[in-house]
Amino acid sequence: MIGGLFIYNHKGEVLISRVYRDDIGSRQAADSAVFSSSGPFPGEWLEARNAVDAFRVNVIHARQQVRSPVTNIARTSFFHVKRSNIWLAAVTKQNVNAAMVFEFLYKMCDVMAAYFGKISEENIKNNFVLIYELLDEILDFGYPQNSETGALKTFITQQGIKSQHQTKEEQSQITSQVTGQIGWRREGIKYRRNELFLDVLESVNLLMSPQGQVLSAHVSGRVVMKSYLSGMPECKFGMNDKIVIEKQGKGTADETSKSGKQSIAIDDCTFHQCVRLSKFDSERSISFIPPDGEFELMRYRTTKDIILPFRVIPLVREVGRTKLEVKVVIKSNFKPSLLAQKIEVRIPTPLNTSGVQVICMKGKAKYKASENAIVWKIKRMAGMKESQISAEIELLPTNDKKKWARPPISMNFEVPFAPSGLKVRYLKVFEPKLNYSDHDVIKWVRYIGRSGIYETRC
Amino acid sequence: MTDSKYFTTTKKGEIFELKAELNSDKKEKKKEAVKKVIASMTVGKDVSALFPDVVNCMQTDNLELKKLVYLYLMNYAKSQPDMAIMAVNTFVKDCEDPNPLIRALAVRTMGCIRVDKITEYLCEPLRKCLKDEDPYVRKTAAVCVAKLHDINAQLVEDQGFLDTLKDLISDSNPMVVANAVAALSEIAESHPSSNLLDLNPQSINKLLTALNECTEWGQIFILDCLANYMPKDDREAQSICERVTPRLSHANSAVVLSAVKVLMKFMEMLSKDLDYYGTLLKKLAPPLVTLLSAEPELQYVALRNINLIVQKRPEILKHEMKVFFVKYNDPIYVKLEKLDIMIRLASQANIAQVLAELKEYATEVDVDFVRKAVRAIGRCAIKVEQSAERCVSTLLDLIQTKVNYVVQEAIVVIKDIFRKYPNKYESVIATLCENLDSLDEPEARAAMIWIVGEYAERIDNADELLESFLEGFHDESTQVQLQLLTAIVKLFLKKPTETQELVQQVLSLATQDSDNPDLRDRGYIYWRLLSTDPVAAKEVVLAEKPLISEETDLIEPTLLDELICYIGTLASVYHKPPSAFVEGGRGVVHKSLPPRTASSESAESPETAPTGAPPGEQPDVIPAQGDLLGDLLNLDLGPPVSGPPLATSSVQMGAVDLLGGGLDSLMGDEPEGIGGTNFVAPPTAAVPANLGAPIGSGLSDLFDLTSGVGTLSGSYVAPKAVWLPAMKAKGLEISGTFTRQVGSISMDLQLTNKALQVMTDFAIQFNRNSFGLAPAAPLQVHAPLSPNQTVEISLPLSTVGSVMKMEPLNNLQVAVKNNIDVFYFSTLYPLHILFVEDGKMDRQMFLATWKDIPNENEAQFQIRDCPLNAEAASSKLQSSNIFTVAKRNVEGQDMLYQSLKLTNGIWVLAELRIQPGNPSCTDLELSLKCRAPEVSQHVYQAYETILKN
Repeated sequence: MIGGLFIYNHKGEVLISRVYRDDIGSRQAADSAVFSSSGPFPGEWLEARNAVDAFRVNVIHARQQVRSPVTNIARTSFFHVKRSNIWLAAVTKQNVNAAMVFEFLYKMCDVMAAYFGKISEENIKNNFVLIYELLDEILDFGYPQNSETGALKTFITQQGIKSQHQTKEEQSQITSQVTGQIGWRREGIKYRRNELFLDVLESVNLLMSPQGQVLSAHVSGRVVMKSYLSGMPECKFGMNDKIVIEKQGKGTADETSKSGKQSIAIDDCTFHQCVRLSKFDSERSISFIPPDGEFELMRYRTTKDIILPFRVIPLVREVGRTKLEVKVVIKSNFKPSLLAQKIEVRIPTPLNTSGVQVICMKGKAKYKASENAIVWKIKRMAGMKESQISAEIELLPTNDKKKWARPPISMNFEVPFAPSGLKVRYLKVFEPKLNYSDHDVIKWVRYIGRSGIYETRC
Repeated sequence: MTDSKYFTTTKKGEIFELKAELNSDKKEKKKEAVKKVIASMTVGKDVSALFPDVVNCMQTDNLELKKLVYLYLMNYAKSQPDMAIMAVNTFVKDCEDPNPLIRALAVRTMGCIRVDKITEYLCEPLRKCLKDEDPYVRKTAAVCVAKLHDINAQLVEDQGFLDTLKDLISDSNPMVVANAVAALSEIAESHPSSNLLDLNPQSINKLLTALNECTEWGQIFILDCLANYMPKDDREAQSICERVTPRLSHANSAVVLSAVKVLMKFMEMLSKDLDYYGTLLKKLAPPLVTLLSAEPELQYVALRNINLIVQKRPEILKHEMKVFFVKYNDPIYVKLEKLDIMIRLASQANIAQVLAELKEYATEVDVDFVRKAVRAIGRCAIKVEQSAERCVSTLLDLIQTKVNYVVQEAIVVIKDIFRKYPNKYESVIATLCENLDSLDEPEARAAMIWIVGEYAERIDNADELLESFLEGFHDESTQVQLQLLTAIVKLFLKKPTETQELVQQVLSLATQDSDNPDLRDRGYIYWRLLSTDPVAAKEVVLAEKPLISEETDLIEPTLLDELICYIGTLASVYHKPPSAFVEGGRGVVHKSLPPRTASSESAESPETAPTGAPPGEQPDVIPAQGDLLGDLLNLDLGPPVSGPPLATSSVQMGAVDLLGGGLDSLMGDEPEGIGGTNFVAPPTAAVPANLGAPIGSGLSDLFDLTSGVGTLSGSYVAPKAVWLPAMKAKGLEISGTFTRQVGSISMDLQLTNKALQVMTDFAIQFNRNSFGLAPAAPLQVHAPLSPNQTVEISLPLSTVGSVMKMEPLNNLQVAVKNNIDVFYFSTLYPLHILFVEDGKMDRQMFLATWKDIPNENEAQFQIRDCPLNAEAASSKLQSSNIFTVAKRNVEGQDMLYQSLKLTNGIWVLAELRIQPGNPSCTDLELSLKCRAPEVSQHVYQAYETILKN
């Protein structure tokens, strides 16, 4: 299991050091520790120091770019993740579950962020006592323990520890929650207004050939839920999943044909740990008791019948050796009543470009020499519209034989619908103990489709 | 609020000040001081001098202060064991505290203090805490047992904590179960033999129930533990799989990977015919693909594991090529791994897409990545024959870019392509030669030199090119030196007249001026060969090279199976067994996949069925010999080339005319050679007569086994024998026999797929052999060979292939290739398949020849227990093309005079003596006369085989 956890700043100085096992640190270090046990450094501390230094020297101060997130130095393995300029490193001498260690490091970042916001050197120094407390709680002898902030916040706070003034009932409530089946939610939450927000966030990825043939396209989506619900509400989420719709439609043939069109085929999905997976596996129903506040309910991936919000039609003509003519048409492909936002088209230019002249019908376009691209920005664009840009690119004559590789034209945008076609059908809330019903809950649903890597070759 | 100030105190006398503050009466001040101490400790300052003062602060109601003191204690207790005892009382008291959080804190911290004296006091509180009413305390105590075991294993056993821990597996609280499982698993690792976890269907059921209820981390512990269980049969395996599959939808990638591990392992036990098996395969692909949308570090772990899964079960992800396409902003470690998997998944179906991608990657910026992409193009060419041409042209385009490292990498892979497809793409050599000057890496230089040497006859200025390398011979790396030596020797053998000086130069450089033993040895070998027997030298140095395998970097199957058991762990990331990076005995228990249950596949014995690889009997992986030692390798693999014993040839060190004698015969060997006798060595002429003595005694054993009945229409056909057992060929079993019918020879093969995957892309090749046997047509296996399917093929053979004397004479070395690997085996063919139809000699001719052949070439044999009369024998032999020229009766014995001719024109004359009237004597006597006496033994064996069947 994890032998120790260290947090460094960008210089490689240690901000947090928590050692769980004394096997970390090389054998050499152990020898020298014995040797110096009467000296100024106590043995165990020195060993850990050794691992700490090994990572600094070999990874943080390494001249080369990081070639692997897992490094083995003298039979000691170091896992690291980086958040802005802070390094988090987990150290072990055993054959640990590597995926678990990384998941834990991410979780650790989430927990810290939930307590004090951005992970920065200053914030870490300001909260070091809190971090040690958290590390003591969520990692015991290197085994990850309950790390849900909802539960942790009941007894570890930035203001110090609550539990000393708690009643016995409160204490046992804390412990049963931390160890219980629903570790992510505490009991006794109350809201005057029961409200929930659902965001369907999708990023649509495309690679298209110059002729308009789709080489690859997929949507990766997330359903993010923000819940402000009292008690321990039982929720059931429904969407237009093809498998569910077809199953339900079996009874009435009419409905199948009607709803069949609107349903979508989901390639794969994963769920937050609150979702009962066995139920999803057997009935494909998504039921759960949500954590309080914001969390990611599910992630999914689709590859079929994707609505591509924009089509890019490029035309590049080489006029002699020193001139390029580029014409790019973009067409919006969704309901005219909807508006796309933050549209940006990036047209790469050759390295030996000396000057560019651009004319565009809509928005603003600029040649950015430092980025070797023409950047065309349009604030808003309605559906079923089309716009065009033409540019003349002057080139410096070069004797470079290497042909310009013509990188693809990329696009960014945001649209108010889900390109996968996913629709939330319902989100039912039941709280049997409290006196509010599904109808009393105010629900909000929002769809945002953003461009992922949306490229057209030219 | 701003704790960062604690980090900034660096003034002198700090310790003294802290001491005063720690002993302050004010609570707040104390707490501040302890915080300062912890901050100093964190940045690496030694604050152990404050030990007594800090421990004094322990007795407090303030939980925060208490935790800080505990943190200090954990770090320094070991250095001050005597003082640490001071803390014991507080711990023991805290373990009785009404607040469960404090009880847990005390037992958790005590376990972290690795001082023997303290551990003694720990036992009682721990025992209580293991049975605490509060689950939070119990789950903490469970982990504490593992801590204590790490300090003092004996104590844990003596105190019976292991049993208590086992009881906790049945606890009502899922988190307690999970921690108990984690603790037990770790303890069990250090006691491989003790059946600590004692997994049985009941406990497995409990674990599976807890699996649904515990935290994500607990699920990982439980799944990792489940993976160590060995279900008793396929039904149990299936039911566990069914209950584990829902985990594939978990958001935590580690849960998914651990579930994949359980499924991959238990799948081994399921029969492939089951519907469920197919369903499971289908279910595995989407979650693996989804792992690729996780954070980059996890993607890396996932990709390393997918790399293993793709090797073990290629069918899972064969349609998912696109998701492994590299994204522009992937970190380099993700890019390199994706590339690796892309090559593994490349097939005829997707090769166009893959190539287009690889071409894009070759223009990226990261040098390592670009190199790997270029190399990948070469690997595609070798793997997918149909794409070879396109790959080569892509590589040529890349060479045109003149980017130094791209050119060098391209040359290295083109060398491999030449090896794989000889005489196909040599037209590009000219382009390669243009880039000679830009090569500065040893591997590329060596590759280029290999190409120049190998194709010396097509490169007009090969001698100049090689000479240019020779100038800086001693500054080159060893691989370049070795290659240069070999290349120049090759050149010399091909163009002996112009290059004599060059070869002497390189030989003396290698043998006299070099300290490298490898180089010297190789130099001497060539030298001796060239000076004693240039013809043999030619056969050695210019011998045909073994095929290179299309799949490179494959993990050895036993290791792969072991790594599959370690999916998700560091071992799977490093692709090394834990013993390679874990110290001591911990966690190095050898794991292996479960055996397939005997009920599902009765044909295979349970020991060999599961992975096909019990230790010691694993199939040999012959990796691509992409290295440049091709010639030497061939020397090792090939038959011994006989020449005069070395003792007779004195090595003339440094003699200028060391090649004097050899050169003539060498040049004479080439038809256009100047001078020299026009002596063409017959295939067997190079073999001294003394080697013709009884050889191949194994052959008779082989035929003793055969008892089937041959067909009468053609020559005798032996029943099929197993030539290549499945175990040695990753599941491909080959058996076969040879037939001769109406003048055509064929090899009747029976291919059986005993592996778990479909086999395709079969091809066959023979090594050079004594009679030039070679496939007359490619091996045609029309449909892919599914598991457990058998196909029968008749492969027509010709006798126009390259000739090389084998030992024994009728030995045939065969290489069979399929989509998995290349396999080598050798077999002995019966000589009678080489007896041609026009082997009947005219009487006069027979007499003349009989007299003409010297008597020492006559060999006598006895064929025992063969009660045939002359007519029967004669007709039997005739059907196998042994013709009776004359028959005589002398003193009651029938004498048959017979003749036969081999495919290479060698005549064999025979006298067969039969005693028909004497039932007590059923032995036949056979005298054979032949100009090539070494065939006699085999002709005799052919006689025996034909007559006795």
